[in-house]
Amino acid sequence: MNSAVPPAPEPELAARVDDLVKIYGSGNTEVIAVRNASFTVARGEVVALLGPSGSGKSTLLTAVGLINPATSGRIFIAGRPVMDGPRALVDLRTFRRQHLGFVFQKANLIPFLSARQNVQVALEINDVAPRDARVRAEELLVYLGLGDRLENLPYMLSGGQQQRVAIARALANRPGLVLADEPTAALDGRLGRQVMDLFRRVAHEQRAGIIVVTHDHRSLEVFDRVFEMEDGLLRAHTDPARAA
Amino acid sequence: MNLAVEDIRHNVGRFALTATGIGLLLMLVLGMGGIYGGLVHEATLLIDRLDADLWVVQHATRGPFAEISRVPATLAPRLEAVPGVAAARRFVFHTVQRERAGRPWRFSVMGLDWPGDRGQSLPLVAGRPLAQARFEFIADRALGLPLGEKVRLGKDTYTVVGLTRGMTSSSGDPMTFFTLRDAQAVQFDLPGEALRLERAARQARAAGVDLGRQQPALLERAGLPSAALPVLGPPTVSAVLVTLAPGADPATLARTIAAWPDVSVYTRAEQRALLLLGNVDRARRQLGLFRAILVFVSAIIMALIIYTLTLDKAHDIAMLKLIGARNRVIVGLILQQALVLGAVGYGIAWMLGHWIFPVFPRLVLVTGPDRLLLAGIVLFISVAASGLGIWKALRIQPNIVLS
Repeated sequence: MNSAVPPAPEPELAARVDDLVKIYGSGNTEVIAVRNASFTVARGEVVALLGPSGSGKSTLLTAVGLINPATSGRIFIAGRPVMDGPRALVDLRTFRRQHLGFVFQKANLIPFLSARQNVQVALEINDVAPRDARVRAEELLVYLGLGDRLENLPYMLSGGQQQRVAIARALANRPGLVLADEPTAALDGRLGRQVMDLFRRVAHEQRAGIIVVTHDHRSLEVFDRVFEMEDGLLRAHTDPARAA
Repeated sequence: MNLAVEDIRHNVGRFALTATGIGLLLMLVLGMGGIYGGLVHEATLLIDRLDADLWVVQHATRGPFAEISRVPATLAPRLEAVPGVAAARRFVFHTVQRERAGRPWRFSVMGLDWPGDRGQSLPLVAGRPLAQARFEFIADRALGLPLGEKVRLGKDTYTVVGLTRGMTSSSGDPMTFFTLRDAQAVQFDLPGEALRLERAARQARAAGVDLGRQQPALLERAGLPSAALPVLGPPTVSAVLVTLAPGADPATLARTIAAWPDVSVYTRAEQRALLLLGNVDRARRQLGLFRAILVFVSAIIMALIIYTLTLDKAHDIAMLKLIGARNRVIVGLILQQALVLGAVGYGIAWMLGHWIFPVFPRLVLVTGPDRLLLAGIVLFISVAASGLGIWKALRIQPNIVLS
């Protein structure tokens, strides 16, 4: 761990981002995708990240998700410093496995695994015993209303059902932070609303901080806070209704 | 949960087709080894069956299987007089090709030294050994002759009295076993006209020298058959096979007999080595090279298959990495699939070979060590081939899930 980065014992914070900058390219081709973004997400809080295409939302999300390292700035997750600029302070894959959950626009389910197995694999990867992993996967899918679809392969599920399996997978290891990149973009309005409600329920019941990148202004009232990005700049709205 | 097995279960049709293709390739690799094994077996079968301690052949030749060897038939009693020699058998061996039912009909003829050898040591599957000095023979089943069939060779007709199985010459031709006299009759048969011309030429030669002109009786005898002329001697044989008395040292006796200026002597091991290094060696190297190429091609094809399977799963592998899967999970997925593919391919190769090889016109002899060697090769190919897929999988970035 870098001694210059002091530990941040903030157990109620799911994530804290300080002064994050992400620059692509250099010289004439340099593009600043994220400019000095700083924010926190508390456990149990659902945060929306709005903004037009190319504004830097997904870049910010992937940086916080430890997929795409930032150029500078610091990231703390679950009270631990994990990134100092582009430098990882922890083993990223292990940290993602233990502390993060991901949901994307596409469900990205593994096509040769059933709904249950798609959730179970995330648990087994995290060293949960196969029998316990199976029980936990079934519980989660029942919780998300897929109790009758446990053994269905992804192609047998509707888009909404696939997205719920993806959410179950994201929650399988009880992560402190869930990152969702336009999870309702491929769903119709009713299903989109259901997924957003689900996030809210999960955040409150499982004490997970959730960051949702979305274009969907119709369901902003489910979010506790809304951030808006434009040209790489992050702006906070305390009142979701105002953002809408 | 085993991801490799789950993937195979989900794509079982494609996997089965791929494994069948690999199985066919591996069957060729196995077959190449089997063809070589068959060559060696056929080449050495006769030497092993004849069970001679020493082969006495024409001086400075390598014996009847390598080149033409002629020794006088009287060599056998000369050899029997050597201390330490228990028995000496005259050996005649040649190949016959005739036409039967409009197709080439080829077989090897071996003469048995009647009456001591009647073919009782041959692996008969039907019929009996030879029971009379003339006009009977034993044939291998591969020749397609039933018991009792009569075959005309030269001026005589011979009856099949016994059948063997798996008796072939070093060139792969089915064997037939005649008495020595019959074998020579078949070998030295000449048409009547050729005999008449030969006798006339003999008479003309005799008439051209003083002795013939001065002794009319000699001139008259020159026109008789060869067998009636003591000066011509009996037909030669290909070799004489020596069986040693118990306790006799083959090397010592070989040295003693080799000192005779008219013969060369080989122990059984030397005769075997001559065959393997001479007749079979080039075929062995040819097959070995072809087999090595096949193994190489199989490895490349398997590597490409595994690589393609990995590319097909690139998105899934990225997702697994994104949710934190360790490299060993990814490596295990690819390596296990390669091993299962190799194992199933090997099983298919084994089964197909088991059914198909016996139908081949020549012996394809796949031995236990051959199968073990192929299993080792398959294991090596599977691991090596998965290397390319693993290299690709480890380079896949988790963020391609976002694309």
